[in-house]
Amino acid sequence: MIQFDNVTKVYPNQSRPALENVNLSVEKGEFVFLVGSSGAGKSTFLRLVLKEERPTDGRIHVAGKDLARLTNWKVPYLRRRIGCVFQDFRLLPNKNVYQNVAFALEVIGKHRRFIKKVVPEVIDLVGLEGKHERMPDELSGGEQQRVAMARAFVNRPMILLADEPTGNIDPATSIGIMKVLDRINRTGTTVVMATHDAAIVDSMRKRVIELEYGKVVRDQNRGVYGQAY
Amino acid sequence: MRSNFVFQEIWVGLRRNLTMTIALIVVVAISLSLLGTGLLFVKQVDSTRTYWQSKVEISVYLCYADSANPNCHGAVTTAQTTSLEQRLKGMPQVQNVTYVSQAQAWALYKQAFVNDQSYVSILKETDMPASLEVKLVNPGADYNIVASSVTGAQGVDSVIDEMNILDKFYRLLDGLRNAVVIVALILVVAAVLLVANTIRLSAFNRRRETGIMRLVGASNFYIQLPFLLEGVIAGLLGWVLSAALLIGVKSLLLNNLQQYFNYNVGLSGGDLVEVIVLAMVIGVALCGVTSFLTLRRYLRV
Repeated sequence: MIQFDNVTKVYPNQSRPALENVNLSVEKGEFVFLVGSSGAGKSTFLRLVLKEERPTDGRIHVAGKDLARLTNWKVPYLRRRIGCVFQDFRLLPNKNVYQNVAFALEVIGKHRRFIKKVVPEVIDLVGLEGKHERMPDELSGGEQQRVAMARAFVNRPMILLADEPTGNIDPATSIGIMKVLDRINRTGTTVVMATHDAAIVDSMRKRVIELEYGKVVRDQNRGVYGQAY
Repeated sequence: MRSNFVFQEIWVGLRRNLTMTIALIVVVAISLSLLGTGLLFVKQVDSTRTYWQSKVEISVYLCYADSANPNCHGAVTTAQTTSLEQRLKGMPQVQNVTYVSQAQAWALYKQAFVNDQSYVSILKETDMPASLEVKLVNPGADYNIVASSVTGAQGVDSVIDEMNILDKFYRLLDGLRNAVVIVALILVVAAVLLVANTIRLSAFNRRRETGIMRLVGASNFYIQLPFLLEGVIAGLLGWVLSAALLIGVKSLLLNNLQQYFNYNVGLSGGDLVEVIVLAMVIGVALCGVTSFLTLRRYLRV
């Protein structure tokens, strides 16, 4: 589903590469934690998958497409197959829960009838039934992240990228968020989650990829957050 | 494409930076109407020129008894007149030649100053020169050739091109037109900068929305269309204002100018419509292209 072959990314005006010779592959339906300290290259990895950045060297395949050969005007169609969740939620403050989720479908030109059918389903899936009319500032952080996840998942992407989704949320609420991510993963969606949250990684026992200074230093099935020698 | 979504976005965009939008509309309106006025002037000058060129002639004044010109030795003889007339008629640039005798010239003079007898009383018929009125095929270009062929010839007092007199009038109109067009072009530059700035502000105001649109895979066209249309709609509103101003310019300024100069070569309604349509094309293209180029810089994939 995601394949990196010898990928190196050097940002302009920087000598140290953000990613260096990264080789890895994530299969369909996998749940992967991406761990590592700040600046290790987690965000760069996610940006490369979205083709927000181009690799300096190496090849990237996402959903069977060679990103180097994907023309600019086809990039939006790639992004429709990838959902994104962030630490800061990125909801539209002037739209309610329903409108925020529906926005993702409106802007890719889906029909109103289709939107009316699928948006409530997804809001139920993330556990926000009955809160369609709430505005973002009337919701707790955990609930806002659920809205963001609903928006990321409403178009049934093949891949869900989560960049520290529990970064702004207390541990108890984080468990609920992880349950939603797990539920999404069980529908066959590949989930890649960058995180600092050791407790979550340890409790989920999923594949863990650790980055350090732009290199993959550990790739472990059913791994934990800390080094396990 | 969900059109009501797009229109909602445009409305939000135009309302959010209302002051900039109003400034934009006004500048577009003024620059377009000045540009249009310039075009109307061009048309007016052209039609005036065509009108007069069909009328103007070269006047070849012939020597008369008291000519001050040293080239003249007494009044012109009939033989000299005939030979001059033959020579002019033989030239390919000449359409026709009419002989105006002293008596005819005197009659015309008296008629011109019928209200001012003092002018008439100081002259008499023999003070009027006889002349050959030469009509040219192409009055703008051939004056020099024809004039030089008879200047200094036996029996010729002076050669006067009526074009020279009209040229002063044209220079005035041309200068007016150039001034209007220069101011219009400066304003067009201001309008372009203002469009770019308005669109940039608009894009900045809505960076959250566009960021999410990019993320969920909205096509570039879909993301950019509301901004593009925002620019074009502002351009269209400016054009509507400028059309009203142009109609005013035509009916108040140009029509009065004609009455003042006492000739009847008014611009038709068709000319006005042509200029207004041209102003629309320029206005919409200006705003559309500027918006598009600005968006390419500020809404990257």
